[in-house]
Parts: sequence; structure tokens; C-alpha cells
Amino acid sequence: MSPVIGVLAIQGDVREHAHCLTQLDVDVRLVKTAEQLKGIAGLVIPGGESTTMSILAVKNNLFEPLRELRNQIPMYGSCAGLIMLAGTITDGRPDQETIGGLDITAKRNAFGRQVDSFEIDLHISAIGAPDYHAVFIRAPLVEAASSAVEVLAAIPADKSLTGTDQVVAVRQDNLMATSFHPEITPDLRIHKYFVDMVRSA
Amino acid sequence: MAKDAINTGVTGTKRVKRGMADMLKGGVIMDVVNVEQAKIAEDAGAIAVMALERVPADIRAQGGVARMSDPDMIDEIIRAVSIPVMAKARIGHFVEAQVIQSLGVDYIDESEVLTPADYINHIDKWQFTVPFVCGATNLGEALRRINEGAAMIRSKGEAGTGDVSNATGHIRTIKAEIRRLSSMTKDELYVAAKELQAPYDLVCEVAEKGALPVVLFTAGGIATPADAAMMMQLGADGVFVGSGIFKSGDPVKRANAIVQATLHFDNPDEIAKASRGLGEAMVGINVADIPVPHRLADRGW
Repeated sequence: MSPVIGVLAIQGDVREHAHCLTQLDVDVRLVKTAEQLKGIAGLVIPGGESTTMSILAVKNNLFEPLRELRNQIPMYGSCAGLIMLAGTITDGRPDQETIGGLDITAKRNAFGRQVDSFEIDLHISAIGAPDYHAVFIRAPLVEAASSAVEVLAAIPADKSLTGTDQVVAVRQDNLMATSFHPEITPDLRIHKYFVDMVRSA
Repeated sequence: MAKDAINTGVTGTKRVKRGMADMLKGGVIMDVVNVEQAKIAEDAGAIAVMALERVPADIRAQGGVARMSDPDMIDEIIRAVSIPVMAKARIGHFVEAQVIQSLGVDYIDESEVLTPADYINHIDKWQFTVPFVCGATNLGEALRRINEGAAMIRSKGEAGTGDVSNATGHIRTIKAEIRRLSSMTKDELYVAAKELQAPYDLVCEVAEKGALPVVLFTAGGIATPADAAMMMQLGADGVFVGSGIFKSGDPVKRANAIVQATLHFDNPDEIAKASRGLGEAMVGINVADIPVPHRLADRGW
């Protein structure tokens, strides 16, 4: 039986994530209420605007069930979703709530505003060759991560003007997150990696 | 916002411009004229704010030439909120657009709400790193704007009226014309492109996808939660609300209610809940009572 994977449908790249997932033989459910979270085997938190997503999750009483669920099923967040899964955030609103779960510090809009949004090829050993073409839009960065966090991808020091590796994809147990948006490129390997996590959970 | 992590990636591509609009889907973009309103919008769950000097209802009431906002005012709003900030440039005024881009605004609206600066040409939007949203009343107009580099389209409606009828008409027209293209054979698309006065390649792309290649929001006259939800049910990816919020009796409540109704657009119980106790809606004017030369939707071609 195909597992049911939810896509948090508060706003953002819901349709694109759903489209990627349906190509990988899973059933997709769009989730807007706590009731709709019941029975899903995994959850994708899409790209979008993390401030808005967080405010609307508070107003719609979603944080409590989401925090409960993050210990039970795999979750994957892209861009705003990475911020939603981060334990600590910087440059957000002081009252911005997150689901948490990843022992990371995520910096919002770390690369700048929209004019600084960019595309770049990344080596990601977890999904193998060739390099992955990643799209970053007002993207966050993983500034710090505990030793429990596995780094899946980083912009290497020789390509970053800061001269250090910039961590842009992480995994910790059942939770994974990327600063970039695999849902808006045709390469399905990141989604496949997550679906495999769900299937083997 | 500190930019402490620059890299050697490619900026300003079609994908990052259109992708930025993708991230706004399902959201409400609110017109704001000062920091206080911008904060109300952000707290209510707006996905972005449009910084402008006067909301369309005031532009309409006061008359005169409407131009780009004061850079100081745009700066203040950028500093005050963490959500994306948009600003309007006059149709064809590419220098206003250059100025707005230099301020670090996230999206430029080449808008018919301001007085056009060029009655023949729109801005060549490919020349910019910042993405543009443009208004359209029909599919041909939408595709001409996309051909000029627009990365997002909003149906125009009639701004500053609180009368949703034109917004309904424009989104219905665009959606119907897309469905019509999808039903055509390949050889019929040549004539369709001629009739739409739009590039053949874009017409083929729309026919094949059954959708615009960019995000489609709707605007112009949305004043209530039910208005917003109707636009979403008609197939809009999100809504712009201009005068409808800050010209109403209780902007905080109404801003929250319109966001909730947009989120739960297919759930009448939630829309009903959002519609309660909002106080006065903006008074509004019927589009039919506005003399034709004063209708904003006719600006742009």
C-alpha cells in the first residue's frame, strides 16, 4: 500500500511538492487542520514565507499537534520549512514560533533579499552523482548544528565568498531540511530520499 | 537585514523570479501606507506588503498624478517587517523601477493604479534582477506582460472601489481563455496567438500546461472575506487587497479575517466564522458609476 504523505497547505509551494510526491507513487494529502494530520506517514513543510506560516499555524492551533507528530513520523522542510523545523532561528520576528526538532540555528534570509536569490550546483553524496541543481529564494542558512545533525549538503568554501562551508541541507533522525527548493526543479532525487525515509520508518 | 553569506551562484534568473512568486501562493498581499499598517498586515498573516503613498481609494478620491512612493517610506517599511515588501512603479517608468530595485524591494508592481509614464511601452522587465508583477484584464494582456519579463500576473479588477465585479470578470476571462486554448489543435493556435496579440510560443506553452507559466493572483475591489475566498475558488493563486482593509471600520479584524478566509477558501463554515463582527466594510463605489476615463483597469494594453 502506498503511504500517505501530507503537505502542510497553509501557503507556499504546496502544489509543487504534491506534484513531485505523486510521481513517486505515494498518496498525497493537503493538510490545513489538526484533523487532517491524522494517519499520515510523513509530512512535507513547503517553501513559502516562514513568518506567515508560523503566524497562521498559531492562529489555527497547529503547533501542538505538529510538535507531537515530529517525534513520530518523518518530516521534510524546504526553505520556510527548514525554518519551521529549526530549534533556534535568528533574524526572525522575536515571537516567531517553530515546530523545532532539528538541533540547528537557522538564519532567515541569510543570503539577502530577493535580488540576491540564486541557483547553484551542489554535490550531495546522499543522493549521488550528478551534482544537484539547487534554487535558493530568500533562503535561510544553517548557521550552527549540534553533533547529532548530519550535514547533507553545503555550498563549499571555494564557492562561498565567506570562505567557509555554508550548510544548506541537514538530517537528524526522522527530520530533514533544505535551504533550497527541490520542488521547483524537475530533479526528484531529494523527494525520493525523503520518500525512502518514510518507507523505511 | 545583514547579508553575511554571499556566494558564486547565478542571480536574477527566470526561475528565481518566478519561484519567488510561487512562495507567495495561497497568501494575501496588503497595501500599506506606513509602518503601523505594515505591522498590522504582518501580524494578521499577510504574505507580503505593498508599500505605497496612498491606497487606490484615496488616489481615486484625491485625483492628481500618482507616482512611486518616497524611498524613505519604503525603507522604513522594509525595516519594520520581515515578510517581503513590494512597491509600485508607474507603467513604463523604468527609472522608478531602477530606484525601487536599488532600495532592495523584493517585487515591483508595474501598476495601472499609478498614472502611466508611457502610453506606448511597458518596462522591459528582463533588464532587472528584481522580479515584476503586472496587471492584466485578459489572457492576451497577461502574455504580453510575461513576454516583457513579468514573473507574476495579477488580474486587475477595478482598484479602490470595493466592488468585486471587475475582479471576478477578469479572473474568469483569463481562466476561460486558458481553457479555450487547451481545447485547440496545434494549427489553431497560430490564429489564437494572432487574436490574443501574444507570442506564439507562450500561447503554445499555456495551451499545453493549461495554466499560465507564472503565478496568477487577483486584485481590484476585494473588500470582504467572502470576496477573497471567491477569488480563490475561481482559481486565483492568492489575492491583493488594497483599500479594502485600511479603509474599513476595523482594519485589524478585517485583515485577520481576509487571511483566514483565503486559507480556508473552500470551507464555508470557516469563511462564515471569519465574516462575523468585522464592523463597517469600506463604503465603496460601483464600477458602473465611475466615468470610463477614470477606470484604472483600462490603463495598460
